[in-house]
Amino acid sequence: MNTETKPDVVKDASMLKQKEMIAGNFDKLTDAKELGLKISSTFVPGNLNELLMCFGIVNNLPEINALNNAMRKQSGPMIQDAEKMGHSEDVCTYVKADIGMMSRGNIAPNGKPMPDPDVLLLSYTGCYTFLKWFELLREQYKCPTVMLHVPYQGDGKAEITQNMRDYVIKQLKEEVIPTLEQVSGVKFDIDRLRENLKNSAKAEDDLVWVLESAKNKPSPIDAYFGGVYYIGPIFTAFRGTEDAVEYYRLLKGEIAERIKQGLGPVTPEGEVFEEKYRLVVEGPPNWTNFREFWKMFYEDGAVVVASTYSKVGGVYDYDGFRHDPDHPLESLADYCLGCYTNRNLPERTQMLVDYMEDYQADGLLVNSIKSCNSFSAGQLLMLREVEARTGKPGAFIETDLVDPRYFSPANIKNRLESYFQMIEQKRQSGAVAA
Amino acid sequence: MKCYIGIDLGSTTTKAVLMDADKQVLGQGITNSRSNYDTAAAVSKQEAIIGTRFTLAHRALKEHGAVNGSTDEFLNDLERSFRMEQYLEQLEDLENTCENYVTGPRFAGMEKDIGTALQEIFKQLADEAPPMFARGAERKSEFFRDIAGGRFMSIAEDAADSSSLPFDLLLNVYDKSIIEVENRPPAGDLAGKFGRALDHIIEQSSEMELQHEKIMEPLKEAIAVELEETYVVGTGYGRVRLPFPKEHIRSEILCHGLGAHIMYPNTRTVLDIGGQDTKAIQVDGRGIVENFQMNDRCAAGCGRYLGYIADEMNIGVHELGPLASKSTKVTKINSTCTVFAGAELRDRLALGEKREDVLAGLHRAIILRAMSIISRSGGITDQFTFTGGVANNNAAVKELKKLVEENYGKVTINIDPDSIYTGALGAAEFARRAAMEGDIEIQGEAA
Repeated sequence: MNTETKPDVVKDASMLKQKEMIAGNFDKLTDAKELGLKISSTFVPGNLNELLMCFGIVNNLPEINALNNAMRKQSGPMIQDAEKMGHSEDVCTYVKADIGMMSRGNIAPNGKPMPDPDVLLLSYTGCYTFLKWFELLREQYKCPTVMLHVPYQGDGKAEITQNMRDYVIKQLKEEVIPTLEQVSGVKFDIDRLRENLKNSAKAEDDLVWVLESAKNKPSPIDAYFGGVYYIGPIFTAFRGTEDAVEYYRLLKGEIAERIKQGLGPVTPEGEVFEEKYRLVVEGPPNWTNFREFWKMFYEDGAVVVASTYSKVGGVYDYDGFRHDPDHPLESLADYCLGCYTNRNLPERTQMLVDYMEDYQADGLLVNSIKSCNSFSAGQLLMLREVEARTGKPGAFIETDLVDPRYFSPANIKNRLESYFQMIEQKRQSGAVAA
Repeated sequence: MKCYIGIDLGSTTTKAVLMDADKQVLGQGITNSRSNYDTAAAVSKQEAIIGTRFTLAHRALKEHGAVNGSTDEFLNDLERSFRMEQYLEQLEDLENTCENYVTGPRFAGMEKDIGTALQEIFKQLADEAPPMFARGAERKSEFFRDIAGGRFMSIAEDAADSSSLPFDLLLNVYDKSIIEVENRPPAGDLAGKFGRALDHIIEQSSEMELQHEKIMEPLKEAIAVELEETYVVGTGYGRVRLPFPKEHIRSEILCHGLGAHIMYPNTRTVLDIGGQDTKAIQVDGRGIVENFQMNDRCAAGCGRYLGYIADEMNIGVHELGPLASKSTKVTKINSTCTVFAGAELRDRLALGEKREDVLAGLHRAIILRAMSIISRSGGITDQFTFTGGVANNNAAVKELKKLVEENYGKVTINIDPDSIYTGALGAAEFARRAAMEGDIEIQGEAA
């Protein structure tokens, strides 16, 4: 997802492809005015990239900008700027990093200023901070804001009701599409959308194949730290594009090769080592110390075989959802409704339990994010429940998304080492008991 | 003999436990962690070895029936005398180091006077040693820095007053020197110190003199036993600094869990409140960790909190518990933030609340915080073992007992007087198991 801090030891074709795609999108964004392109700001979970493409609108994602800035060690001062402007310490740090970025001229990673958006597309799922965030942006940019309200799957069941689906579709038809037509001056063409969705589904098939490759032993991928790179294109401005199809085709080929050779994941320092612990991770990663954090895992032989964070921008593996060109608006609705943070706690718990079993994991680690309530609420209960149902040990650590002040390396390393040794100890005693 | 040593490098103190092949603890040692874990590890290890020598001496003397009267009493005398020898040795080192620092433009023209003043200060310090180590005498701390430092300050202040030398110069020399002395690896020559310690006792007691030969033989034997460092395991925050390979390092969670299990085999929940960590650990019937929670992001409610409060009140950290225990009405303190607690403390005192009541409230605040971490780890299952430096504080223990009963009903609460060594004890057992092929050992226990 990031051009600057991508693993640089082994440059696979897929990595180069992704780098080129991301750089291209930033250039398109910063040159939008000259190119006569319209820009939409929108969020990762529940983003409607295929729809935006129908209107030739370029996609800018403030969350991605925030995490990009964090990985390039720039988010700290931005957050402090936002606090000086009156945003409290407890506010989501993605929001504050974005506000701070604006105050510093909204400079994109290519060094050019990001033009103001022409429309704010607020299709949010599961996170109510998004509403407040765009309220602030609307105040700043004074541009049209269109809101797609996605109802939370709050009934404890794992189903999207027809009512919920109809409600989203109605908004797409009556609010979102007309606004985008107006902003772009382009008439909506459902066949164009079908074409885009066809590409999405192809890329999604390959993505799922990649994620599920972690069922191999050793796993050829790290589904959390490596996973954030693999989900990059499909979660951001590329779902529905030929580029994304090509990226996942390349990636799949490379990973198939790794499996054939019995190789473990690629890390910033090269090949992994010996796979000692297979973990499932719940919660987003920390971005400010991303590499340092990752190293704490791979240097001890810990590989993440499944993660829920790699499902925030769409769940494709768990219940087999794919974008469907034959039911375009319905599938957009189902996509939004099914994003990970839009699912209720029992459902998230079940997903974790299934991952633990399907991927033969040794344990569940929760990385609880200080400033993200939509993720963090209920995590301790989920942990207990997963422990009880799987009999595998869990652990709980706390960091933050993009605020460097909340990453305490000595403490986190201490917790992780303790956890790994605890797994080892339990494994040994289990083997003896058996 | 084969020795298995566990070293727990805490943020405040470093502890070592020495165990024999039969899982018997022979010696334990503690020192302040300084900013130098290498030295702290070496000192605590040496202290554990000294402890071991005393244990061996005790055994040998008993076996030979060498002491008329109480062997314990004799060994207590011997140990106090040994500690004094150690103290005098360090004092001499400090004096020599101080002398070397009396140089440079700041001291120009005053070298001689400062030198003389230092001589007098150190003479007085040395003269004070015998009563300090006499039978029944209480010392505020066992750490050289604490004992020597406090007295140096007050004697130097008087010396500065009477000789009209600037006090800050004496202080400057001391500050530089104490760091250097503390960070020097511990002096050797244990046998020499034992010998001198014994001579002292004999000087003081004509009865002992008669037994000199009888005592010397087993003592020499005990000192001559070769203590082989068969396996050393390190734990605690400074563990990565220990000069040995990764497989000799265990997390303090595992060590505390196992240590508590060794002390009290029926332990299922362990609470450890250390300098900057509060840990709640759930263990199974073999001392294997099932679950744990630690304070994250913030160290409020840890041992350092008490240190800070003690500083704020200008009293020793050991005095907090006894003072708080006198409380009749616990003040409600809402803040668990260490710095805010300081502010709250001053505020409450200014409002006329009694020191002991406010202190009792602060102790309760610590324990409330610990209770929250315990509940996150899965609550308390009988038996419950409380460890770490704070377990020595009776006011904290009192609050803990109350809150445990309120929340979890009647539970057996174990507090060992040596609970500060729990982590090091677990580490020593890991060392012993590693050396003896751990798997077989665990299997034995499981069966």
